[in-house]
Amino acid sequence: MAILYGSNVKKPSKEPISSDDDNPVDLAAEFRDSNIKEVLDKLDLELIGLKPVKTRIRETAALLLVDRLRKKLDLTAGAPSLHMCFTGNPGTGKTTVALRMSEILHRLGYVREGHLVSVTRDDLVGQYIGHTAPKTKEVLKKAMGGVLFIDEAYYLYKPENERDYGAESIEILLQAMENNREDLVVILAGYKDRMDKFFHSNPGMRSRIAHHIDFPDYGADELVAIAKLMLAAQNYRFSPEGEKAFREYIGLRMKLEHFANARSVRNALDRARLRQANRLFAGAKKNLSRIDLMTIEAEDIRASRVFKEGAVDLDGDEGANEIPSIG
Amino acid sequence: MMTNVGNLVTQGQFSFLPPLTDKQISAQIKYALKNNWAIGIEYTDDPHPRNTYWEMFGNPMFDLKDPAGILAEINDCRKTYPNHYIRVTAFNSTRGVESPTMSYIVNRPKTEPGFGVVRQETEGRCIRYTIHSYATDKPEAERY
Repeated sequence: MAILYGSNVKKPSKEPISSDDDNPVDLAAEFRDSNIKEVLDKLDLELIGLKPVKTRIRETAALLLVDRLRKKLDLTAGAPSLHMCFTGNPGTGKTTVALRMSEILHRLGYVREGHLVSVTRDDLVGQYIGHTAPKTKEVLKKAMGGVLFIDEAYYLYKPENERDYGAESIEILLQAMENNREDLVVILAGYKDRMDKFFHSNPGMRSRIAHHIDFPDYGADELVAIAKLMLAAQNYRFSPEGEKAFREYIGLRMKLEHFANARSVRNALDRARLRQANRLFAGAKKNLSRIDLMTIEAEDIRASRVFKEGAVDLDGDEGANEIPSIG
Repeated sequence: MMTNVGNLVTQGQFSFLPPLTDKQISAQIKYALKNNWAIGIEYTDDPHPRNTYWEMFGNPMFDLKDPAGILAEINDCRKTYPNHYIRVTAFNSTRGVESPTMSYIVNRPKTEPGFGVVRQETEGRCIRYTIHSYATDKPEAERY
């Protein structure tokens, strides 16, 4: 109940009784009971690569689990600060991991509801004097009992405009991060360099965030694995040549500008699906089998403009206008 | 008034019980949130039972998951109006219902002077009765 309602009833701190013998606690049992393994396994399965991130999450989970055991033996240490900062390039899975994080924290009983409220500057900062505080507080209230995920958090602070209301929002956030530690967990996310600049000008923010996790870029193999996972989730798959073509595509695409890791992969797959549908539609074959409908062939990938001109449109929508008209 | 020991105003739910603790309030809020009811915090210093115009403290709160935010707001309101009546209402917006479904007092003045009977003589020696709160003899904001 103390966790649930954050009551500040301090139990008289007992001497750490030599309790190893009289009431030992079972770490393995606690681990099983929390169902945390399931989440961690899912994390391993669904997220390709991201080694440092996974290690960090495991460490955090271990800390929370041990903390829970300590609490059972009255070894109180105060609620750990769980606010986090995720830095990394676009499409490296920051949001996905944040979602998973909220689930893990929920299983361990550190947040009561385990929902994720994802916001950006627009949701926090108001447009006129007196607008920001209620707006930020509203968001904070919604996030209570869960995780508040602030994407591109560095936009909150605009040093070039001293009358910007972002600073006010940061102040309220800091206050809530300090006072409502058992009610909500704040996760900031953004690009590494800009986040560093943000923390540099907001030292209060930096000191209140205990966990800084950096998301590395994906390698080509990892991206192909991600693509396969994405396709499988939508009941598609590559033909062997298709996979080879996609591997080449990734190699070329990674060198081009506006490459956004897994997000670029998703976009490429969406367009491949478009071309596949078009190929089936224009094709001579009238009776399509299940396999036909599922398979992405090499030609669906190779029609991309990345292969032909080695370029992408500004919106990354390469080859969209190359689809022959239906008819 | 026999059952009302402390001579307290009894309006809404739980008003014959001892004051709710924060934990109990949280549990009640949780129940309302579970039912997707919007929660409002209202205050007044006019305890008349027919006074339906309580002022709202902040906006009604909906789309919340956890009572902690609302409890914080209640405590804010208590700090601002320590000597007012404060109640929490839950509004059910289901089509066809659209009315408050829960309402309970979470804060009351330290002393509640109670009500007196007012008699009004009208035509033909007829007497009309009504009640009058002693607190409202004083102007607004000076009542408690």
